[in-house]
Amino acid sequence: MRGYLLRRLVTLTITIAGIMVMTFFTSLVVPLDPLAALAGPQAPPETVERLRTLYGFDQPLYVQFGRYVARLARGDLGVSFQTSRPVLQDIVTYFPATLELATFAILVGIGVGIPLGVLSAVYKNRAIDHFCRILSLIGVSTPVFWLGLVLMLVFYFKLGWLPEPGRLDIMLLEPARVTGVLLIDSAIARDLEVFADALKHLVLPASVLGLVGVASISRITRSSMLEVLSQEYVKTARIKGLSEFPVIVRHALRNALVPTVTVVGLTYGLLLEGSVLTETIFSWPGLGRYMANAFLTLDLNTIVGGTMFVALTFCLVNLLVDLAYAFLNPKITYTES
Amino acid sequence: MSTAPAPTLDLTEARRRRAEARWRYLRDTYVLWRRNRLMLLGTAIILGLLLVAALAPLLATANPYEQILGDRLLPPSAKHFFGTDGLGRDIFSRVVYGARVTLTIALLVAAISTPLGMLIGIVAGYLGGAVDEIMMRLADVFLAFPRLILAIAFAAALGPGVENAILAIAIAQWPSYARLARAETLNVKNNDYIQAMRVLGAGKMRIMAGHIAPMCLSSIIVRMSLDMGTIILTAAGLGFLGLGAQPPMPEWGLMVADGRQFLVDQWWVSTLPGLAILVIVMGFNLLGDGIRDVLDPRQRQL
Amino acid sequence: MFWIPGNDSCEVEAGLAEDLLLDVRDLRVEFPTLRGVVHALQGVTFQLKRRETLGLAGETGCGKSVTALAVLRLISPPGRISQGRILFEGRDLLAASEAEMRELRGSQISMILQEPKMSLNPVIRVGAQVAETLLVHEKTLSRRAAAERAVEMLAALGIPDPQRTAQRYSHELSGGMAQRVMIAMMLVTRPKLLIADEPTSALDVTIQAQILELMKALKREIHTALLLITHDLGVMAETCDRVAVMYAGTVVEQGPVKTVLKRPQHPYTQGLLRTIPNDATPDQPLFSIRGTVPSLLQPPTGCAFAPRCERAMAECTQAVPPQYRLEADHQVACFLHRGRDSKHPQISQITQIGPKSSGL
Repeated sequence: MRGYLLRRLVTLTITIAGIMVMTFFTSLVVPLDPLAALAGPQAPPETVERLRTLYGFDQPLYVQFGRYVARLARGDLGVSFQTSRPVLQDIVTYFPATLELATFAILVGIGVGIPLGVLSAVYKNRAIDHFCRILSLIGVSTPVFWLGLVLMLVFYFKLGWLPEPGRLDIMLLEPARVTGVLLIDSAIARDLEVFADALKHLVLPASVLGLVGVASISRITRSSMLEVLSQEYVKTARIKGLSEFPVIVRHALRNALVPTVTVVGLTYGLLLEGSVLTETIFSWPGLGRYMANAFLTLDLNTIVGGTMFVALTFCLVNLLVDLAYAFLNPKITYTES
Repeated sequence: MSTAPAPTLDLTEARRRRAEARWRYLRDTYVLWRRNRLMLLGTAIILGLLLVAALAPLLATANPYEQILGDRLLPPSAKHFFGTDGLGRDIFSRVVYGARVTLTIALLVAAISTPLGMLIGIVAGYLGGAVDEIMMRLADVFLAFPRLILAIAFAAALGPGVENAILAIAIAQWPSYARLARAETLNVKNNDYIQAMRVLGAGKMRIMAGHIAPMCLSSIIVRMSLDMGTIILTAAGLGFLGLGAQPPMPEWGLMVADGRQFLVDQWWVSTLPGLAILVIVMGFNLLGDGIRDVLDPRQRQL
Repeated sequence: MFWIPGNDSCEVEAGLAEDLLLDVRDLRVEFPTLRGVVHALQGVTFQLKRRETLGLAGETGCGKSVTALAVLRLISPPGRISQGRILFEGRDLLAASEAEMRELRGSQISMILQEPKMSLNPVIRVGAQVAETLLVHEKTLSRRAAAERAVEMLAALGIPDPQRTAQRYSHELSGGMAQRVMIAMMLVTRPKLLIADEPTSALDVTIQAQILELMKALKREIHTALLLITHDLGVMAETCDRVAVMYAGTVVEQGPVKTVLKRPQHPYTQGLLRTIPNDATPDQPLFSIRGTVPSLLQPPTGCAFAPRCERAMAECTQAVPPQYRLEADHQVACFLHRGRDSKHPQISQITQIGPKSSGL
């Protein structure tokens, strides 16, 4: 187990190095000169040159990269052109909102997706199987941004059941910021009204994001269960006289969940992607919307810093998933291939 | 005491049996295909898409680029099946022409990323060693980013526009094909029959291109057909964000974004193009699932 | 195609009745598939006495494993048992409810499978899996007591260091060890009948011998009857008291092992035994029965072996021969022996209706 962990960390380090190189070089490929954009179309060339020197873009590549890495080590991701604040600070401000959203979405995905997948496999080709498969097909095929708009149209504009886009009602004050996650902060501050309101605001965006998760998780659970149910050891369990429920839950599901865990990691990636679109639609002040704006305005520092942050988080989640997989599946800890 | 006659080695008989087995394989494939109603639906949808794209000029009721500002934001009617958008353009025609855009994007992305991925994967898997490590680390770095984010990053870097979007998505796609091709190559590399080819003196190129590549093909095709849906969704997402297709191109994602400001009262401007995306992606997913089911040897047994 | 009336009420000799643990009569199993209905079992009849070892022999595909699964009523749909009776201690298993079957499975009737490492759950420790059988059937047992008995059982099966082995996972064990664990798991409740489906085919020869010895020893101690399914005639000769030979979904001959192996009466059994290479005549070409096994999709009318039989007669393709009783306990399903069942002319004839496809 320890050897495996070490090996993964080494791979992770190499990957991170690669990410840094790539993000750095990507920023150089940008054809539009962001400095010119910053200075404005009227600015004389000298201003642009001064900006260039100011920001150090006139140095040779390796120097720039070296300074880049050094800055990273200090945690300095540069200043966002948009907000004029350090990128790192912006990330810290906005990330918890995304985290909140993503966590809820994953919970929906797991809580609904796994039981649906199991039922689908056990009652293969019956009504519930067809229903689940159609649902997950639609979930996987729906454009997230479209679904968000449609649901918002129906549930907010037409029916008024759910609140307006955004995290909190305009009238309400955010509680003192401890973690940045509204639900936690309001719980700490014992502010029930804010807690309830934040929860209501979460419903729509989390459901939209969650649908994709339900779809992919139930699909993988179903196919994994089907695979497991045809294995010899399930037959053995039945021979022993176990009734269906322990056969399915204790013997089959424990094995079937193993690949599901990897899908949860993949889903997290999907959620990060989806959050870019969902947050834009629901005016959710999270990392996704921040990044979307950055991409559109070619806010270089933000693009570079933010993308790297996302990549690192993704890597970390994958690492955790791999560890969980190794933990769940005793075979991995012994046979490394 | 008589013994049974020794079996003769009859080439024509052997050939006949092989042909019969092949015919049976094809027939079983056809039976499975027909039985699987969902896959039929998927095939129908995609064929529909192809038809619409091909016959767009005939099917469209108006010029998709023509703006009639007096007819802005009209609801669906007999004249405008899907209504008109903010600039007075007929949405139905734009959706119809959008099929061409979508199809082009999907096919180009596949055409770029699949061979690229296969090449890198097979070479890495077969040659092994340093080449393998470098290629796979590179693929890992690419895979470290969620695909849409990577595509957005490249699209932002390359600049807005459909061509750049296609390139961006293809760049985000190749690593998964490379990984798959590599895994298949590793599986097959030490097969007796590949070893036999080596003994016979076949060179590396010949083995890789002529023998290993075909063996990887079926799982790559399955993966590709399953990925089509994601590719289209990514392209639409880029269009929605303004990083992909640019106005006035009738790309569905872009159309959804255009309609956003009118969402409350003129719901059709955003909703209907998005529905088109949903249907097409569903079609590709059904088809991909069907292809995978049919190609999966276990499913064929019953 | 005619239907031979029989007298099944006095099917068995008087003394046999109490001894009879498993009485399978005219068992038919079918599997609907894409290409049609596969008639896996076309009338299987055999008897197994208490504490006896019956070998179920035959080539691959003749229906041995299906028979075993049918006894346990574990034929998965769309497969179904279409006809027949399975009497276990006089009770018709086909009429029992699923709950009743679950009671029997694991506690009265157990089965060990061919690939031991695949038959154990890879994510649960093996000791827990052995204890599970106990916990399912003896509700009053505590977990700790069950765990202890599991370890005892592992020790009884000759597993060294049973405490530590119980903590291991299945992939950490060798094939022989895994099979011992399987046997422990299935015998820990002391069932009356143990079915062993090719238990040694996946193991190497030396381990095979060990496992078979083990099974024989345990059988003696626990007083279990053993239904041993195998295609290995040598194993059968060593281990079994009686043998039933299967071909294409039916039992063609059954009797004491020495009798069947030394004086086989059915042409198929005879052919089978002739295929064994004989040291006495090393230069003779190897014998094989001409022809191939018939398709189970369209079973032939009449005797399944007739197309390949050197002594086939006209009636062989028209009716399925019932099992005729020869001397004590030796039955043959072959028209060649009609009229030879001297001792009990009425009793011997067990009704067998041929495949329904031929139409009546």
